[in-house]
Amino acid sequence: MSASGKISRRAFAGGALALLGGRAFAQGFAGLSETADGYAAVVPGKRFVFPADHGPHPEFRIEWWYVTANLKDAAGAAYGAQWTLFRQATQPGPALEGWANRNAWMGHAAVTRADTHRSTETFARGGVGQAGVETAPFQAWIDNWRMRGLDAFDADHVAPVELTASSTDFSYSLRLDADRPLVLQGDAGFSRKSDRGQASYYYSQPFFKAAGRIVIDDKPADVTGLAWMDREWSSQPLASDQSGWDWFSLHLDTGEKLMLYRLRQKDGANNLFGNFITPDGRSVEIAAADNSMTPTSFTDIAGRKVPTAWRVAIPARGLNIETVPLNPKSWMSTGFAYWEGPISFTGSHRGVGYLELTGY
Amino acid sequence: MLAVSNLTKSYRSASETVAVLRGVNLQVAAGESVALTGESGSGKSTLLHLIAGLDSADGGEIRLADVVLSDLTDAGRAELRRDRLGLVFQQFNLIPSLSVEDNLKFQSRIAGRHDAKWHDELVERLGLRHLLRRYPEQLSGGQQQRVAIGRALAPRPLLLLADEPTGNLDEETADEVLALARDLVTRSGCGFLMVTHSTRLAATLDRQVHLHAGLIA
Amino acid sequence: MSRAVWTLAVLLSHWRRHPMQLATLLIGLISATALWSGVQALNQQARNSYDRAAATFGGTRTAMLVGSAATFPQKLFVDLRRAGWPVSPVLEGRIQIGGRSLRLLGIEPVTMPTQVGNAPTLGTANLQAFVTPPGQMLVSAETLADLKLYEGATPLANDGTQLPPLRVQAQLVPGVMVVDIGIAQKLLNKPDQLSRLLIGKDRGPRASLQSIAGDALRYVEPDAATDLERLTDSFHLNLTAFGLLSFFVGLFIVNSSIGLAFEQRLPMLRTLRACGVSARMLNTVLVAELVSLALVAGLAGLVCGYFIAAALLPDVAASLRGLYGAQIPGQLSLKPAWWLAGVAISVSGALIAACASLVKAIRLPVLASAQPQAWHQAQRRWLKFQSAAALAVFIAAGCFLWLGDSLLAGFAMLAALLLGAALLLPAILERVLSLGERGATRPLPKWFFADSRQQLSGLSLALMALLLALAVNVGVGTMVESFSRTFVTWLDGRLAADVYVNAANDRQATEMKTWLRDRDEVQAVLPGGRADTQFAGAPLEVLGLPDHTTYSDHWPLLESIRNPWVRLRAGDAALISEQLSRRMNLSIGDRIEVSAPGGDWPVEIIGIYADYGNPKSQIAVNYAALTRRFPGTPQTRFGLRVAPEKIPPLLTAMKEQFSLDDRNLADQATMKAESKRIFNRTFAVTAALNTFTLGVAGIALLTSLLTLANSRLPQLAPLWSIGITRQRLALIELARTMSVALITALLALPLGLLVAWCLIAVVNVKAFGWRLPFHVFPLQLMQLLGVALFAALCAALLPVIRLARMHPAALIRIFANER
Repeated sequence: MSASGKISRRAFAGGALALLGGRAFAQGFAGLSETADGYAAVVPGKRFVFPADHGPHPEFRIEWWYVTANLKDAAGAAYGAQWTLFRQATQPGPALEGWANRNAWMGHAAVTRADTHRSTETFARGGVGQAGVETAPFQAWIDNWRMRGLDAFDADHVAPVELTASSTDFSYSLRLDADRPLVLQGDAGFSRKSDRGQASYYYSQPFFKAAGRIVIDDKPADVTGLAWMDREWSSQPLASDQSGWDWFSLHLDTGEKLMLYRLRQKDGANNLFGNFITPDGRSVEIAAADNSMTPTSFTDIAGRKVPTAWRVAIPARGLNIETVPLNPKSWMSTGFAYWEGPISFTGSHRGVGYLELTGY
Repeated sequence: MLAVSNLTKSYRSASETVAVLRGVNLQVAAGESVALTGESGSGKSTLLHLIAGLDSADGGEIRLADVVLSDLTDAGRAELRRDRLGLVFQQFNLIPSLSVEDNLKFQSRIAGRHDAKWHDELVERLGLRHLLRRYPEQLSGGQQQRVAIGRALAPRPLLLLADEPTGNLDEETADEVLALARDLVTRSGCGFLMVTHSTRLAATLDRQVHLHAGLIA
Repeated sequence: MSRAVWTLAVLLSHWRRHPMQLATLLIGLISATALWSGVQALNQQARNSYDRAAATFGGTRTAMLVGSAATFPQKLFVDLRRAGWPVSPVLEGRIQIGGRSLRLLGIEPVTMPTQVGNAPTLGTANLQAFVTPPGQMLVSAETLADLKLYEGATPLANDGTQLPPLRVQAQLVPGVMVVDIGIAQKLLNKPDQLSRLLIGKDRGPRASLQSIAGDALRYVEPDAATDLERLTDSFHLNLTAFGLLSFFVGLFIVNSSIGLAFEQRLPMLRTLRACGVSARMLNTVLVAELVSLALVAGLAGLVCGYFIAAALLPDVAASLRGLYGAQIPGQLSLKPAWWLAGVAISVSGALIAACASLVKAIRLPVLASAQPQAWHQAQRRWLKFQSAAALAVFIAAGCFLWLGDSLLAGFAMLAALLLGAALLLPAILERVLSLGERGATRPLPKWFFADSRQQLSGLSLALMALLLALAVNVGVGTMVESFSRTFVTWLDGRLAADVYVNAANDRQATEMKTWLRDRDEVQAVLPGGRADTQFAGAPLEVLGLPDHTTYSDHWPLLESIRNPWVRLRAGDAALISEQLSRRMNLSIGDRIEVSAPGGDWPVEIIGIYADYGNPKSQIAVNYAALTRRFPGTPQTRFGLRVAPEKIPPLLTAMKEQFSLDDRNLADQATMKAESKRIFNRTFAVTAALNTFTLGVAGIALLTSLLTLANSRLPQLAPLWSIGITRQRLALIELARTMSVALITALLALPLGLLVAWCLIAVVNVKAFGWRLPFHVFPLQLMQLLGVALFAALCAALLPVIRLARMHPAALIRIFANER
């Protein structure tokens, strides 16, 4: 029995839930590029309906609710916060009541300061109420972590919401407000991931304004700043030859937003995808061949070399920036580990954002 | 080569202190054989043990080649015995569980000075060729002492020390063994200091020194 | 380096010339290591099982929340999780498969705390299969074999439910089946119900339990020791004590053979030093030699220990199951730590045994001191010192007896008693021999006694080993014999009914009773009941006895008021077990409050009965009173009075009528046989270890005599030279050995009886809570005496024969050469 692990959260993460992937788990992991037999397919031309699409889509294999926030305290010190809820179906078919539900849930939470990075995770099975997402009133939760619609919740804005998470050595509670509606990524919400049909449904709320409190080691800090929510679901988001990705969500000081990612292929070729979002919320796909993302500095962390600083150029938009991490050691030491943390950038544009690096 | 000067040694018992050596001076040159005689209790064996580094003196100096014994630690004296001295005792003191051959080789092996040719010559001259596979208990006294002499000379010491080497042997055997020892000492060119109470045997060596009441007479 | 190798080679050459010495050294080390590590293996195996049991019970090792009733709604689990509580649900129940009742545990693998020690393990790939209906049912290999099923089978429960496919999980405890929580709820028909919540590692701030669950749930502290461990501690202490004793007896052998080897090699060591091996090098090589010998012997000892443990395991497992219900798998599985510990104990044992010799070698002057040992004075000093030490140890034993209250103190007292006696032995022998010397007038007998005295120091260790082994043998033998005699009588009274029935449930019990009333051969149906409750924080069994002459006539009482059975009817009186009486210091006339569902139940103690073999405290009350106070008591157990010749047909008829098997229907004879079998096996382990110890002591004696024989020759040679024949000398030698062995054995008898008394009156009372009447069995004592003398004869014969056959030339040589 030496090959066996424990029945435990860890083993579960290694088994069913690791398949959950999320952006975080595109480590060439078989689950993400498995054929999607029995699950619904992602096809272009979907009409999004809110608040219904804020809720789970159990006919698809995987799904996530993903919030990152770039924050500052009263003294101007920078903070980052991450809140993620993943769902994965363990078997195709409708979600059943009770323990037979066939959905597994996983939560990730982290806070980052220039000198500190804390991360944690939790797991649950669907069907009994330990974790889930409901649309009216809106709430997404796992254990005592929540994203909850507040009074006057507007489904098109996904705001205002309250966001909470806690662990033994940190906790946070943020209120997120938005004065503009959410935006569809890719081509009207259809986000292509390869030339062979891998794709996801993808929308974001990049216009959140955040305010609240972060507590690290029992020391509270009142913070304000910007936040970004990603919603994505799919049945097979990665091609079998894709090994991981490098993903930016950037708040430009012009009020524009940029979502940009690079899918790394095992043969060394890279595909760049992204959307440029104007201050008034128009989302335009950017897919020019001369766009580029180039690592400029690597950090040794958890026995790997991770590119934590980058040069990003989108000539058609006149964008040419250098990004640096707030904390190069923003390592998520969760069941499946990856790098995710706040960054800032200078060059043709200035601003802050979040960077996620997987598959290293 | 060996220079003993002004050596003193006394033993304490419950009631009294007995001065055994009271300022002994003695020299042995390379290639020279010296007999140390004296009546029982005159301190012959004590002097020999001090020279061998088996015991330490109260005063005076023992110098072997360029080494002063009193400067050495216990380990240093052991090294000196191993590399530069050969010891032969009345009781033969062979190792009963080793064969004759292994007994012969033993000291040169641990000294790291084993010389196959010299070993072969020793075996030949000591007449031990046919006895190599035997164990000490299967040998006569004379044979055992020949093995002991061979062992002592195998690492080519500077000085061979012998304490009544023939004391357990009959006269004829004693003469024969001593003759062999003298012959080998000459061949190896080392010094030879032998304690004996026999004036007859002492007379066969180059020089005789008599110890009386703790002094060289 | 090569210098060290050469020196080592020279040292080792000694063993080549003295293989017998090497053999005894190795035998000593091997038997010491083997017995010790064998016992440790047994203990480890059992402890592992308890751990597994505790973990599978979701039990006492983990903090948990429990409800006031058997189950509570699942919603509490969700509410607590959503309030920050790291809890994981467990549902427990029983499932009948083919007449066997098994524990079913439903667990939730995703939230299950990782720190739940030896939780059942699952392969990653199997996790999905485990949680997805039909799921999997994890069982131990033993359970699978017991059910006579194969992996993958989907058996039917007795109620017709199809169970999930079985999968073997090696670490599981026998008798338990583990399924996913959702599947357990279905199988047990308890939708959305849980038995308890395990609490995992802290995950940050959480709301108070009260605010979430009100008083529906209660927090239960984790417990470092499981109930099973507490109950079985005494049993393991017993084993460990024996293991330790054997280990020390083994070390006696090692000590004597190493002592001799060093003694014989002293001239060699001097020569080595004279030839220029430094003292440090010599000491290092001596220790290295000893350690390498110990490593070799340790490994061999471990292998032997493994076989000893494997041979004893079935008995140990059977006694633990019979006595405590602890399930121990029959297959020995050992951790690497066991092997390491075994080698370590061998090496440290060798070093301890060689301590004196090593110190002597380290302090060895290069020049031999010429004066002979003044052995007489030295021996007198040594004897005085040992006697003083013995006195101190006896005082310590007394202190343990007066002041100690624990089982450990009991064993400490026993150990001190044995050690003191062993230390005193040489002085006693010396006394006896010097009396003999004074009494002897002719020269040869005088020499005989004087020489025997001189030999004492060489032989005393072996004689001490013999004394200890014999005394322990007498003690344990007496205890076991006392026990079985008492137990049989007690069992006759206790198992008064002729047939014992255990129905599956109350409904079946009622059906049976109705059916039985119509049968003429059934003279009486004696209902019985048992409730479990708490008294003073410890578990308490409450036994309900019907008001029937069967009990008043037969039930054995140690002491009671007059007419206790009449008094019992009133329902406010109880008989208590001896264990309870001793544990809580209760006696007749005292009142106790038993916690019952309807509130505390005050009862007066009117009698005390023996309840051998029950680790729990027990009280016996009137059956009707029990069912009134504990309304939930299952009424499934009852006894029958039946004429003996009618029993077999009745059993057959009942089995047919109610489809019962041997587990729920038994006649008195079978029950008695089963009980006796369990107790016999308990003591079979003790007896086996006992025999091993005696064997080791025999070897110790043999090796000591062999080693002495060599050094004896110089003493014998002068006698031979003045005209005593070798044969006569040999006979004298034989007589000497036999007489000291006889004196030792005779001393061992009273000591053994004292040990038996300690075991019965101190150790047993503390370990099990009951005391046996003390019996002496003279025949058994004679037998042991015979065995001891035979062992001594065997041990003495070999050197004596060698002496008788020795070539005169060898004696001449010795006479001529030795000073």
